Amino acid sequence: MLAYLPRRLLQAVPTLIGVLLVVFFFVRALPGDPARLYAGPEANASEVAQVRRDFGLDRALPVQFAYYLRNLSRGSLGVSFRNNQPATSVIAAHFLPTLWLSIAAIVAAALLGVLAGIGAAMQRDSPIDLGITVLAILGISTPSFFLGILFMYAFAVRLRLLPISGGPTPTGIVLPALTLAASALGTIARFSRSSLLEVLGEDYVRTARAKGLRRGRVIGRHALRNALIPVLTITGLQFGFLLSGAVIVETVFNYPGLGWLLIQSIDARDYPVIQGLMLVFSLEFLIINMAVDLLYAAIDPRIRYD
Amino acid sequence: MTDPTALARRTGRKRKGVLARLVRHRSGAIGLVLSTGFLVLAALGPLITPYDPTGSDFLHLRAGISAAHWLGTDNFGRDILSRILVGARYSIGIGLSATALGAVVGGLWGLWSGYASGALDAISMRIVDVLLAFPGLLIAIGLITLTGPGVGPVIFASSLFGVPIFARLTRASVLATKERAFIEAASGLGASHVRIVFSHLLPNVIAPVIVYATLRTGVTLLVASGLSFLGLGVQPPTPEWGSMLSDAQLFLTIDPLMAFAPGITITLAVLGFNLLGDGLRDVLDPTLRQ
Repeated sequence: MLAYLPRRLLQAVPTLIGVLLVVFFFVRALPGDPARLYAGPEANASEVAQVRRDFGLDRALPVQFAYYLRNLSRGSLGVSFRNNQPATSVIAAHFLPTLWLSIAAIVAAALLGVLAGIGAAMQRDSPIDLGITVLAILGISTPSFFLGILFMYAFAVRLRLLPISGGPTPTGIVLPALTLAASALGTIARFSRSSLLEVLGEDYVRTARAKGLRRGRVIGRHALRNALIPVLTITGLQFGFLLSGAVIVETVFNYPGLGWLLIQSIDARDYPVIQGLMLVFSLEFLIINMAVDLLYAAIDPRIRYD
Repeated sequence: MTDPTALARRTGRKRKGVLARLVRHRSGAIGLVLSTGFLVLAALGPLITPYDPTGSDFLHLRAGISAAHWLGTDNFGRDILSRILVGARYSIGIGLSATALGAVVGGLWGLWSGYASGALDAISMRIVDVLLAFPGLLIAIGLITLTGPGVGPVIFASSLFGVPIFARLTRASVLATKERAFIEAASGLGASHVRIVFSHLLPNVIAPVIVYATLRTGVTLLVASGLSFLGLGVQPPTPEWGSMLSDAQLFLTIDPLMAFAPGITITLAVLGFNLLGDGLRDVLDPTLRQ
């Protein structure tokens, strides 16, 4: 694991450069003067000229990219059009709500998904197994914007148990988190079921049963440990997908996170914030995928990356 | 050389076998029925609508279910059933063409990369890594920020995040196939690169691509209708299921039916393609099973 760490970090470097290049060219691909885009619509000619110098926009493209990296390292992504604040502080203000939402969603998806998977595998081919399998595939197939509206209608409009619009509060986070969790939950449940069934067919499980261990103990102590290794990987990957899923769920519930901010910024053509958000989302995705690989190497002694 | 009639007979028999096995596969059969149904709906929907899907009727705003309006009317008095029927062409059509576009572009990319091998292959796979480093929906949103909304941009944007996945999948099959003796024989007989790639490699790598494309169709439908829900896709008054839901959310407290009709329709369509994809995978290529 420790030997693998530096190599996995090194592997991420080309991808990181690629991501930075894509985001850099994104603004260049927009119609209009990039200096004007960064300075904002209310800037006067000398402010635009200042931005042009600060961002090196009068220089060749490779030099512009170097300037871009320098500004990035200082946390300077330009000024938000909407309130003239630095784009970085606008993004930072919406970061934590999204973090709480995705953590709540992935914890719910992992716990409920693994439990459902174990339940289905232990009662294989029973009505319980069928029910869990049907619910899991429905969770994967229902669009999050419809599921969110259904939850909203049931729990906020009819039952009046929870607030109709979301927020990073104990009650406001429940419906958005469950909506966001649904697809990952379905995937994790199906995956843990098939993984556990596969392990239950192994010789060492039969040996454990044959020497007289109770079924619950065989599953708990022997089968589950091995069955959960691939489940952990899939959970990590699903966590990555949750981040972009948050764009839709946050919009449905008016939840003030990064995804909601992205849609607001697109409506307002607030390009510095859009560009910053693209970078934040891709970096998160990159880091999570790397963490999944490292975690996998750490928990599975069979894996050797050499 | 292969006798063409024998080949046709063989593939014909194989195809019949796949269909027969798919019908016996319980959830695969449900998926086949659902997705075929939605394909028919996309083809015939606009021909069998009882009302003009964009025609307002201000005397019957948000009318409930009745003999005249089976699914009621929306906030402009438009017949919801007619809008869903016409919307099938947009939603299903966009989902299918985006998946196909991604599969063809990614497939060609993977074929070329795997066959070329060496430095070109290495560079092209790094590009695939970069594309995969962006969350799918985000690529689509970023692209539409550049192009503006519309049917064309949604198809293009929703196809794009499939491209690297199909490229990787096809390349892996190509690498496994190209070392086999019949490729070497074709090359030894003097077949051109184009002939080897399209006549010999392609038929042998296409099965997993088709299975995966079916599995992908559900996801692409979700992304495409999600874009329209966010207001970045098909624009009103064009009836698309995602944008219908977005309109309906405003009236959720007074008229939930407006949301349920398109919501259930999208769910059934995605479910159909997901079940069909799972079934095809089990029947055609058990090695792909997770």
